[in-house]
Amino acid sequence: MNGYEMVIGLETHIELKTKSKIFCSCSTAFGAAPNTQVCPVCTGMPGTLPVLNAQAVDYAVTAGLATNCTIASFSKLDRKNYFYPDLPKAYQISQYDLPLCSNGYLTIETPEGEKRIGITRIHIEEDAGKLIHGKEGTYIDFNRCGVPLIEVVSEPDLRSAAEVKAYLQKLRAIMLYIGVSDCRMNEGSLRCDVNLSVRKKGEQAFGTRCEMKNLNSFVFITKAIEYEFRRQCELLEHGGRVEQETRRFDQATGKTYSMRSKEEADDYRYFPDPDLPPIEITPQRLERLRSAIPQLPDKRKQDYIRLFGLPSSCAELLVSDKYVADYFEQAAPLCRDKVELANLITGEIFRLMGENNASVIPVSPAHLAKAADMASEGEINRGTAKKLIAALWEENCDPAEYVRRHNLRQINDPDTLTELCRKAVEQNPQALRDYLGGKQAALQALLGKAMGLASGQANPALLRQKMDELLKEQAEGK
Amino acid sequence: MSQITSYTVTQLISQKKQGLTSLDITLAYLERIKASGNNAYITVTEEQALRQAKEADARTDAGDLSGIPCAIKDNICTKGIRTTCASRMLESFVPPYSATVAEKLNAAGCVTLGKLNMDEFAMGSSTETSYFGPTLNPRNTLFVPGGSSGGSAAAVAACEAPFALGSDTGGSIRQPAAFCGVVGMKPTYGRVSRNGLVAFASSLDQIGPITRCVQDNALILDSICGLDPMDSTSLDSPADCSSDIGKDIKGLRVALPPEFLSHGVSDEVRSAILNAAHTLEALGAVVTQEPMPSLQYALPAYYVISSAEASSNLARFDGVKYGYRTKNFESIDDIYKNSRSEGFGSEVKRRIMLGSFVLSAGYRDAYYKKALSVRTAVINDFKRVFSKCDCILSPVAPTAAWKLGQHMSDPMAMYMADVFTVPVNIAGLPALSLPCGIGAGSLPIGAQLIGDRLSERLLYRCGYALEQALNITFDKEDKSR
Repeated sequence: MNGYEMVIGLETHIELKTKSKIFCSCSTAFGAAPNTQVCPVCTGMPGTLPVLNAQAVDYAVTAGLATNCTIASFSKLDRKNYFYPDLPKAYQISQYDLPLCSNGYLTIETPEGEKRIGITRIHIEEDAGKLIHGKEGTYIDFNRCGVPLIEVVSEPDLRSAAEVKAYLQKLRAIMLYIGVSDCRMNEGSLRCDVNLSVRKKGEQAFGTRCEMKNLNSFVFITKAIEYEFRRQCELLEHGGRVEQETRRFDQATGKTYSMRSKEEADDYRYFPDPDLPPIEITPQRLERLRSAIPQLPDKRKQDYIRLFGLPSSCAELLVSDKYVADYFEQAAPLCRDKVELANLITGEIFRLMGENNASVIPVSPAHLAKAADMASEGEINRGTAKKLIAALWEENCDPAEYVRRHNLRQINDPDTLTELCRKAVEQNPQALRDYLGGKQAALQALLGKAMGLASGQANPALLRQKMDELLKEQAEGK
Repeated sequence: MSQITSYTVTQLISQKKQGLTSLDITLAYLERIKASGNNAYITVTEEQALRQAKEADARTDAGDLSGIPCAIKDNICTKGIRTTCASRMLESFVPPYSATVAEKLNAAGCVTLGKLNMDEFAMGSSTETSYFGPTLNPRNTLFVPGGSSGGSAAAVAACEAPFALGSDTGGSIRQPAAFCGVVGMKPTYGRVSRNGLVAFASSLDQIGPITRCVQDNALILDSICGLDPMDSTSLDSPADCSSDIGKDIKGLRVALPPEFLSHGVSDEVRSAILNAAHTLEALGAVVTQEPMPSLQYALPAYYVISSAEASSNLARFDGVKYGYRTKNFESIDDIYKNSRSEGFGSEVKRRIMLGSFVLSAGYRDAYYKKALSVRTAVINDFKRVFSKCDCILSPVAPTAAWKLGQHMSDPMAMYMADVFTVPVNIAGLPALSLPCGIGAGSLPIGAQLIGDRLSERLLYRCGYALEQALNITFDKEDKSR
């Protein structure tokens, strides 16, 4: 595998969060009982006609603008014809040669710095239904049928699973910022097809690619990419050839399996849908949509670096969730040390959000700002700060009040600290002997004991200083 | 025959004002339908018709069309009434909703007598491809009524309905109207909502009325036209079709393209059309020859475009959700293949195969895209003519009706019957078909008046003047009996 590089392009399907479906007025809400959000139009009854949901077009155009795309003033909808039981009309209404958005990009953070990933096109289409395989046969749920989707097609600019993840996270962040989708991978509102080929490092020409369809979690995407990269490299190393084909990723085995070859691929017989007039985007409509776009993650990130002196990676983490970035911006003006604040959010707050599977932060921005200042100004130490934030998460109280009530202020008084060190040494004569005998590790044990005696509230740097002084005295036999 | 069933819609409206009840009218029609051997109807909705008639009679705030019976081509969805498209595929399909036109007639208080026979999925020119057997031409039962709206034209001609709705993709209203000696209008594409019309070729399909006279036709079109939020291709057009009826046509510029008098036009058709031209001149119109060189390419382009769209439109009939499902299957592919093989007739299959072929990779440019450029050329040719003239006069079909079975083994001969009607659909224009003569075997001959987009009002004015001047009357009873 050494000497090879992977070349990846993604096709990402994102469900738009319009209230109604793309061609009828049925609800798009997730999780309803099967076939309760259906009508003659979305079940493909004879004689029914699609009527395009203007909000879906607005959302798609907004997504294009937010990813630096050119928006077509004139585009059209085409029929993609194929038979499948989840597709009631036996064609999907999509866009073929005139997509709504094209030629854009987004930027990702890589170990080598920022990298621009091209976006070939974004088009709108309708989702299909869902097959449910039961004991007695297969059932079809048409609730999802006709939910509006955008398909975002990237250039083959990605070179690792990490870049793929960064790209998807950035794409997801942008979509959440502009509010066009929930991007919930577990509900299938963000799904991804991975096109992967390999080539010798330094080569310009692309290898033959394989497509892996409908990957719906970062874990599976990474596994599928790693497996497929290894498979293709080994094929080439043993003198074999990669066949262009569609492959299925098996979650149980972590392997990919051939689904169909290029020769077996459907001929979709695309043609313009005669039931739908072309989509025309007037300059006025484009301007209205452009002016409604909020500040996007990249702009915020630059601001945080420039105005607050945050490190790039920390800023990237903050802006990846619009809610968190908004929260940060509420707290920042109330706080003197923005870096400390950012660290608390990307550290403790992110940990608590993950642990509690929370999408909102129950701590008020003012309280967190105060906690950050207390930490940076030495009123509490880092360990106490963690405890404090965990406490604020549970009960939204004033941090200063909490610290006072629980007597958690950092001990900065030199005499008190010296006294604590003396006690620790007295109570642990063996550790002292070890230290004097040359065991450096014993110092940590003594510091730990002293911190324990201080209930964790000692100023760690000062404590260390006092311990050093004390041990020096001991060593000199005073 | 009861006097009642011989009345036009306009006459029925005035008779109703003088005390004739909807129940009387409806009963007379139901009796007439029962006695008929035309096979014009696939489904007669007697119970519902009687209920609607009684409701109409009870209403005090009713409009003109309240209580007037009608019949509907069986590719227009009617909620709770099976809609078969004359196909085994939909033999027992009952739609859960009604087409916009059916809703409009319902709202106007019309009584629905039933659903009318047609070529399977509107593919054919003789109503012989119907799964329910052919309809007979009421003027001469040895002959076809034309198609695909053969049931609609035959029912109106045989006084089994005062008016009917048909659909026209390449002549399917105008040609059967001509063959049966009644009046049919193919409106401007978009004038009438297609919502609920089971699609054959979506860019060409249009619903229109078939009536016994021009005045009735305008009245019915006004009641079914208009913008529909359920059909994005529908147009906002005023219901003004009747307003110029009875006005003179002095100075009206009528084009007579020579291409419309060649292409295997029979002598009796040619002389009937020339007679119509002279009649229009006598009424003060100015008739000029205007060549339309693109017309010869319209028919092949039509069969490419309509089949391409049909192959996609009819793909939904897959045996999964509704309609016919084969009993012979072990896999989903078996369900698709066998349901479609057993559920569709041979003409439908021929067009699906043709349409799939012209859209397939490697052939799309040569056929489908080429046909689209022909379409543009035809549109431009019509535009050029309409920059100089108000309307075009032509035959509806090269010949009068042919004998039952005559063309069934020769699809190309059947397709040629559409040569003068398909250019109108290709260009999305309105065209009126009305009787202009009677040929051998008492078979009617039809004239076609083609107008520019949304010029129906003018076509009705011209058609009415021609109708009054020619004053053609058919015997109500079949000559062959």
